[in-house]
Amino acid sequence: MENLYSLTAHELKEKIDKFSLAPSSILDSLFERIASLDEKIKAFVSLNKRAASAIPENKAGKLYGIPILVKDNICVKGEATTCASRILEGFKPPYDATVIKKLKSEGAVLIGKANMDEFAFGSSCETSCYGPTRNPWDTDRIPGGSSGGSAAAVASDQTILALGSDTGGSIRQPASLCGVVGLKPTYGRVSRYGLIAFASSLDQIGPITKDVRDAALVMNVIAGYDEMDSTCVDMPVPDYTKSLVSDVKGLRVGVPKEYFIKGIDKEVEASVRAAIDILKDLGAEIVDITLPHTQYAVSTYYIVAPAEASSNLARFDGVQYGHRSRDSKDLIDMYIKTRSTGFGNEAKRRILLGTYCLSTGYYDAYYLKAQKVRTRIKEDFDSAFKLCDLIVTPTTPTPAFKIGEKTEDPLSMYLSDIFTISANLAGLPAISIPCGFSEESLPIGLHMLARPFGEETLFRAAYAFERRTDHHKRKPKL
Amino acid sequence: MKIDKKAVTKVALLSRLELDDRESELYSTQLAAILSYIDKLNEVDTANVLPTSHVLPTLKNVFRKDSLKSSLDVTDVLSNAPSREGDFFRVPQVIEGK
Repeated sequence: MENLYSLTAHELKEKIDKFSLAPSSILDSLFERIASLDEKIKAFVSLNKRAASAIPENKAGKLYGIPILVKDNICVKGEATTCASRILEGFKPPYDATVIKKLKSEGAVLIGKANMDEFAFGSSCETSCYGPTRNPWDTDRIPGGSSGGSAAAVASDQTILALGSDTGGSIRQPASLCGVVGLKPTYGRVSRYGLIAFASSLDQIGPITKDVRDAALVMNVIAGYDEMDSTCVDMPVPDYTKSLVSDVKGLRVGVPKEYFIKGIDKEVEASVRAAIDILKDLGAEIVDITLPHTQYAVSTYYIVAPAEASSNLARFDGVQYGHRSRDSKDLIDMYIKTRSTGFGNEAKRRILLGTYCLSTGYYDAYYLKAQKVRTRIKEDFDSAFKLCDLIVTPTTPTPAFKIGEKTEDPLSMYLSDIFTISANLAGLPAISIPCGFSEESLPIGLHMLARPFGEETLFRAAYAFERRTDHHKRKPKL
Repeated sequence: MKIDKKAVTKVALLSRLELDDRESELYSTQLAAILSYIDKLNEVDTANVLPTSHVLPTLKNVFRKDSLKSSLDVTDVLSNAPSREGDFFRVPQVIEGK
């Protein structure tokens, strides 16, 4: 018999529905896998050993009995939620994030919390206070970040589904580097209530899964209006599985010349070009487009995101939850000592950068300027989507890099997000799916972007591509 | 618009962070490199461009009825307090006095 841990959610769902497979046997299979493997990968920061006793009653739930791993910045009532930061040591949320509430009510089983870059600040999972997660395809390499634990666990069959969050590529980049599917929904499609905020105008929660159908299944559960998030849009949620039709005839696919630049890895470029040929062969019409402000996306992002982060992270002061420094002489001193000992280096760096860009005398030159360039970047997409229905690019400029390779040079780390950042600045939905492997057997991802609330277009194209290829079926040797 | 050690120390205080000498040296070098990359933005003509603070065109004030609803359980909330007294969060003395 095949190992249950290696199956997708839709395969397991069929076994549960038609052959009365017990959800507890899926958990047994996974927990055994985790016990033998996670020492090597370190994708988990906590494991919910009581998961078996929490299998919901609701057998009619859309995800009944399906295990899911949750990134450690999403609140689960009563379960440690730390953002991989010392400053949230011991914090157990008194409430469930809206996505968690929805997953539970549809019968999903929460198996634990996934490692991540501290407060989602990073592209490699190396800034976690628990130490780095490793890439299942080569354990000397990073899994990507910040949702590195979620992506590595899915790729190594240590969970069936996972949730990540994406502020500048934090779902798509690790999905690409680990050879799995990752979707960042349109800003406002999924409630952010209970997602510990990094940059509130950019953050979205989304699925990381083994294939496109599983991503659609998760979106069917987590998308939709929530009165607890005033930026969550009140629009009907379609049944995303209806978009899995394997037909892209007549779909206009835009290829932006700015994304095929000097410095992009040759194997990545070749795989993505080959993927574009496959889409063409499937009946899509390929259109050359231009997104002229692409080169300003990283600069814009590294003002807007740290500025919002410095403001959001002001709440971590040792008063209400988490870590508090004990040897302080007064209140201000307690704030300072708590924050200085609680935050790691990258968090401090971004708080300083954000505070600087927002401070008197620099606000106009940096923050306001960046918000105006953000408008330009958004206008680029508005124009491009008059000529095409979908934009395809590489997800990352290179396959996974080595652990430690970029930690000394923050700017080079920031530039690894160069292809994913624009979707957040413009609020667009975007997906990364496996489209090939390097000579060293490292996964390469294809990145697709659609109009706001155009998730169905993404699913349609991604599913058609996946049906034609078998990259998503390849597994790392572990 | 140069960021040096002195500027970093000032920003650190605004951020309620304390840096040792080595850290302020390191961060000022790193932030200077990041900011000089960011200066690229000055190439973009943004005269007459409105700033984007969020991407939702329809976002407006969200109102709700002012009706009585249950809130988070006080025991659950306070169980996270690093220090508490009764139903309150305890902090070092704020008001001068005894």
